[in-house]
Amino acid sequence: MLSLVVLTAACGGDFPQSSLRPQSDVARSIDDLFRGIFWLAVGVFVVVEGALLVAIVRFRERPGAERPKPVHGNTALEVAWTIVPAVILIFIGVPTMLTLWRIDRPPQGEALRVEVVGHQWWWEFNYPDLGVTTANELHVPVGHTVDLRLRSDDVVHSFWVPRLAGKRDLVPGRENQLWFTVDSAGVYPGQCAEFCGIAHALMRVRVIAEEPDVFERWAELQSHDAVEEPGGEALVETGRSIFFGAGGCISCHTIRGTPAAGVLGPDLTHVGSRSTIGAGVLRNTPTNMASWVKEPHKVKKGNLMLDMGLSDEQARDVAAYLGSLK
Amino acid sequence: MERTSTGVPNEKMLMWAFIGSECMLFASLIATYLAYRGRSLVGPYPEDLLNIPFITVTTFVLLMSSLTMVLALSAVQRGDARGSRVFLLLTAVLGIIFVGGQAIEFSHFAGEGLGLSRNLFSSTFFLTTGFHGAHVTAGVIWLLSLWVLTMRGRLGPEKSVKVEVAGLYWHFVDVVWIVLFTVIYLMSGS
Amino acid sequence: MAKIEAAVPGEGRGVSTYAGGVWSWITTVDHKRIGILYFVSGLVFFLVAGVEAMLIRLQLAAPGNTLLDPATYNQLFTMHGLTMVLFAVMPIGAGFFNYLVPLQIGARDVAFPRLNAFSYWLFLFGALLLNSSFLFGGAPGAGWFAYANLTSSQYSPGHGMDFYILGLALAGAGSIVAALNFIVTILNLRAPGLSMMRVPLFTWMTLVVSFLIILAFPPFTIGIVFLLFDRMFGTFFFEPLGGGDPILWQHLFWIFGHPEVYIVVLPAFGIISEVIPTFSRKPLFGYPVVVYSGVLIGFLGFGVWAHHMFSVGLGPLANSVFAGLTMLIAIPTGVKMFNWIATMWGGAIRFRTAMLFAVGLIAMFTIGGLSGVMHSSPPADLQQTDTYFVVAHFHYVLFGGTMLGLFSGMYYWFPKVTGRFLDERLGKVHFWLTFIGINLTFFPMHFAGLHGMPRRTFTYPAGLGFEGYNLTSTVGAGITLVAVLVFLYNLIRSLRSGEPAGANPWGGATLEWSTSSPPPAHNFDRTPQVRSRDPLWNDGVGPPAAEEEIHMPNPSYWPLVVAGGALTLAAGALIGLPVVLLGAAVMVGGIYGWAFEPIHG
Repeated sequence: MLSLVVLTAACGGDFPQSSLRPQSDVARSIDDLFRGIFWLAVGVFVVVEGALLVAIVRFRERPGAERPKPVHGNTALEVAWTIVPAVILIFIGVPTMLTLWRIDRPPQGEALRVEVVGHQWWWEFNYPDLGVTTANELHVPVGHTVDLRLRSDDVVHSFWVPRLAGKRDLVPGRENQLWFTVDSAGVYPGQCAEFCGIAHALMRVRVIAEEPDVFERWAELQSHDAVEEPGGEALVETGRSIFFGAGGCISCHTIRGTPAAGVLGPDLTHVGSRSTIGAGVLRNTPTNMASWVKEPHKVKKGNLMLDMGLSDEQARDVAAYLGSLK
Repeated sequence: MERTSTGVPNEKMLMWAFIGSECMLFASLIATYLAYRGRSLVGPYPEDLLNIPFITVTTFVLLMSSLTMVLALSAVQRGDARGSRVFLLLTAVLGIIFVGGQAIEFSHFAGEGLGLSRNLFSSTFFLTTGFHGAHVTAGVIWLLSLWVLTMRGRLGPEKSVKVEVAGLYWHFVDVVWIVLFTVIYLMSGS
Repeated sequence: MAKIEAAVPGEGRGVSTYAGGVWSWITTVDHKRIGILYFVSGLVFFLVAGVEAMLIRLQLAAPGNTLLDPATYNQLFTMHGLTMVLFAVMPIGAGFFNYLVPLQIGARDVAFPRLNAFSYWLFLFGALLLNSSFLFGGAPGAGWFAYANLTSSQYSPGHGMDFYILGLALAGAGSIVAALNFIVTILNLRAPGLSMMRVPLFTWMTLVVSFLIILAFPPFTIGIVFLLFDRMFGTFFFEPLGGGDPILWQHLFWIFGHPEVYIVVLPAFGIISEVIPTFSRKPLFGYPVVVYSGVLIGFLGFGVWAHHMFSVGLGPLANSVFAGLTMLIAIPTGVKMFNWIATMWGGAIRFRTAMLFAVGLIAMFTIGGLSGVMHSSPPADLQQTDTYFVVAHFHYVLFGGTMLGLFSGMYYWFPKVTGRFLDERLGKVHFWLTFIGINLTFFPMHFAGLHGMPRRTFTYPAGLGFEGYNLTSTVGAGITLVAVLVFLYNLIRSLRSGEPAGANPWGGATLEWSTSSPPPAHNFDRTPQVRSRDPLWNDGVGPPAAEEEIHMPNPSYWPLVVAGGALTLAAGALIGLPVVLLGAAVMVGGIYGWAFEPIHG
């Protein structure tokens, strides 16, 4: 009973990453299934704990009582408490199979395909049909099925955005599939759910669901090369020269439309348009970006980004340049 | 002989249980070998290297050792000291020939460029047959130890259960080889 | 040579033939002393793993906490899991097997006493080797499940994973050897008249667990051998770049890992199947059903491993099959629960501490069992696996189930082992603190998990709603720690000044209660004759068949030598070939010394 009270109470609070607040077709069918199983379990819990309570209250030893009758068993009872659980299991098993075979197969109908590549400890998203590559923030259109193809570049990860779908692992050497259709616009946080090394806890992901027209505008913008504004701010200019020169940033990062074509780190072509950095660890503000490029390991221990030994000024300038890449 | 609840001597039951455990060990190895069959990214591949006629001969030798093992046990049980000595030694020698054949095969493979860390075939092949070879080697040492006991006249019929247990082990290792021979060699063509 | 002339019944009682001193413990082959060694070692590792748990809980008490750095945190949760399961709960269980099984079946010792000592030393050396990694550059930090390919030399440089492989190889070999020994002991050394369907439930569960061990550990052994070769010799078993598949490790691990759950929990089921009848003054309800359900749980336990892998993407067919088999296990488990409650029904229940813990097990395991049914459903599991919901689930199974059962056994058999009672007042404090502590710790984890908190994360951000649950869990862990300290105090105090207990202080029905407390080295002056399932309640132990001479095995240091050789060999894998060869030489020499050592003087 306690569990019930807490569960109901908990649903009222603000849990942005909760599997109990589904926002997609798939997550909702899992949630419906879970709620059914949950109530059956509560029923069994009440019966078992109730029987136990009655037994320990009613059959305490009383002074002067005779030795209890040595009952060795009862076949009818044994059969009963074998069959009743079996029947309950049918009520769990059948909906389970129905849901399982609905969600664990390729999506029906048209779907937006996104390739998801897991890296220690960030996410790469490629939209092959839209020519878009981005990182850590997955933009999807509301009401449109999204078909994720999951791969890993290093170790096993697991893609998990609880309000949209269950987990699915990213296994090196394999391709996995996960799909869902988001109900309404919003930002849905998630994170890697398979232990993948030191910074596993900080491998976060955000799904940004937008109305289809908003999404199309975003995709259009993202599909272009980086917008190089000639004669921008001085900071941006210095930042750019550090990025392509002394900073050594281009050995790992790509900025489409420029000589930067590294593939080890996230694509930064439109990094200025993202809301977070470091796989959801920091908000994307100039100050945060500066402290991130200066000392990436301070914010995220174990992180594979190299500390290039930038000064405060250099970091500020690089941040300004990156911020200009909208 | 001590009384036991089941009538089976303790040592014998221990060996049966141990063999059960060993089945899971070899099952894991064989399952891995099968799962990785044909998935090597670079050669040499099994069909390039496996010398089936040669291994057929050593397989026959190992099978014969099971026969001599049976004869050794029966000699010990009869109290036939000379037969015990001869057949125990013969079984061990046949085992040594088998392991020797495996050594020749391994070094031949290495010479052909199939080192342990060459590809998936080398990884699974060397580990699986190597595990088996180590079992045969342990069996040979065991048999030779028993043979020394017979030479000193310390292995009379009253201690025949010692030979029986060693025989159980030996036959098991033999049976495992029949499976490995089939899976690794005879099925290599397909 | 310990040769004891048969005496008139009762005369041998209390006569100790034990030598004293450390050497006598090191060379002991007596199952009771080995049981005590297992128990004490297991308790020490229980404390170590408990401290690790406390550190984990302190780190998670607040969001964004910086008490531990991520690498240390990862080592701590890895070692907490490994130590609790393999070096605390299993050895404490083994302590019970060792001490009780020969007594319950009316034998003088196990079938192979020196092999028994050897098992203990292998376990101890494996546990010490693995834990020594903290001193040599860091413990393994890839979780107890150590999923490939995170464990490769590329992604786990350093020696932590090597310690994992070598330590677990030693301890695993020890477990297999011990299990082989107990299979033979239980099948072959039963007293006259003690047919299998009269064997006490605890011994029955020991037999099931022994079979699970000998069948489940080999696949894991092969897994770690593959890993060792991948790391040290560049093979490709789990290496995707060479065509290998990391998922192979998950199969090999869980074919071991799932039966391991039953290896850990069935002894506790066995214990309370003894405790509940004694304190209800009624025979176990449905004895054959309880036996068969235990066997069935063990059997089914081998067919469900992939329910740990629903998120891997094995396809709907495989997931359906494993889900169905997993759900089936709920049936025999439920049957056990109902039989225990039916045993109490109509009884005259005495709530001594042992009984409190036994009832606590039923109450708590029910919760763990029901959450288990929830994630037997693959779609639901996709939201629950790798979250704190699962952490809550298996702690209800392992602490709420296994540990409460083991505590119950400790209060029940302490008088048999020491001749003294554990203090009942402290025992009740221990029980209630534990009960409150574990529920505060583990119940909120259900919600943290359902609301999206993954496992194995060294921190979590504020604002996701996890703060309250985590703080509550940390407070609960503190209370549980206090409970354990109360227990330790009780243990030490009662050892010295506990109330003396007679041969059968609780009115138990099984053979161990027919001999003195503590039992003499040879257990029984006369081999008991058994004529029913609850011999001490019905017709008692029959008259001895005939005068008998009692032969007890000599102490031996060879098991220690061979195990020491194995340890040297394992350590040599990290040091160098000469040490490996030295270890192998010591092992071979030790085996010969062992083989030619006269057993009976």
